Amino acid sequence: MLDDLDRRILRHWQSDPALNPAELCERCGISAGKTARRIARMQDDGVVTGVGMVIDWSALGYSVEVSLRITLDKTIARAFDDFIAAARDVPEVTEIQTFLGRVDVRLNIIARNMAHYQDIYRSQVLTLPHIADIEALMLVARIKAEEALPL
Amino acid sequence: MTDLDETDRALIRALSRDATQSAGALGRRFGLSQPAAWRRIRKLEQAGVLRGRQLRLNAESLGFGVTVFLGVKLATKGRVSLDDFERAVTAIPEVQRVEHVLGLYDYRLRVVARDLSDFERVLRRRIMTLPGVGDVEANVLLSEERRPGPLGL
Repeated sequence: MLDDLDRRILRHWQSDPALNPAELCERCGISAGKTARRIARMQDDGVVTGVGMVIDWSALGYSVEVSLRITLDKTIARAFDDFIAAARDVPEVTEIQTFLGRVDVRLNIIARNMAHYQDIYRSQVLTLPHIADIEALMLVARIKAEEALPL
Repeated sequence: MTDLDETDRALIRALSRDATQSAGALGRRFGLSQPAAWRRIRKLEQAGVLRGRQLRLNAESLGFGVTVFLGVKLATKGRVSLDDFERAVTAIPEVQRVEHVLGLYDYRLRVVARDLSDFERVLRRRIMTLPGVGDVEANVLLSEERRPGPLGL
């Protein structure tokens, strides 16, 4: 479906998402019209879903970030659905992932400081339904974060 | 930077969804003049609240059908081994995220691959051969949602 030209456009765009269309087609070495048509097609096909700004929560005063690895009580048929629906209501949850493996669900939680984290953990996380076990990994440093695809 | 008002929060949320909106369009949406919206956005960028743009791609439609989260424990610890490990792991193209963490593991990695056999290749040839690598736990991603976070809107 995608050819080398599409991949070339995506590689340049991904490495510098702030490029405007004129700069992008110059880097790719193809005409503006062709670049625009390719991009429009990839957007229509859902390959490119958009360009968003990345929020740095620590700059907003959220200096604590914890990854909670949760095992659910799978004897309950609706364990996943109930848990995820309730987790969506916790504002400090920034990511929810489900897995095949030892961990069932992961929640990424941000907090202003340790006291705030403890409060969220006790009053909003431990009260989520069907939890069998929780392990916490506290973020020390982000070494690589751009989430680029190896195109 | 914590002295944000409602309008700043609305701008952050709108831009995190779609960074291609102009200051004029955002201003019209939130009742600001174009220069006022532009000044607020610039302030948020300078304060580091808006860290930069990210191209959002559908990994699956580009042939990356498998995403795996890895917990990695180092076998040997010490300043040199952390540096060596970090330098080597960030150079692997399939590794999208590297986080140094405290707890059961030393690092969290997010890895993409074309399929499970491609993931096995990355794991065996690239991850297991990293300097100082010890225990590795893999969890295959089934579903994912990003939440807006506590912007109070």
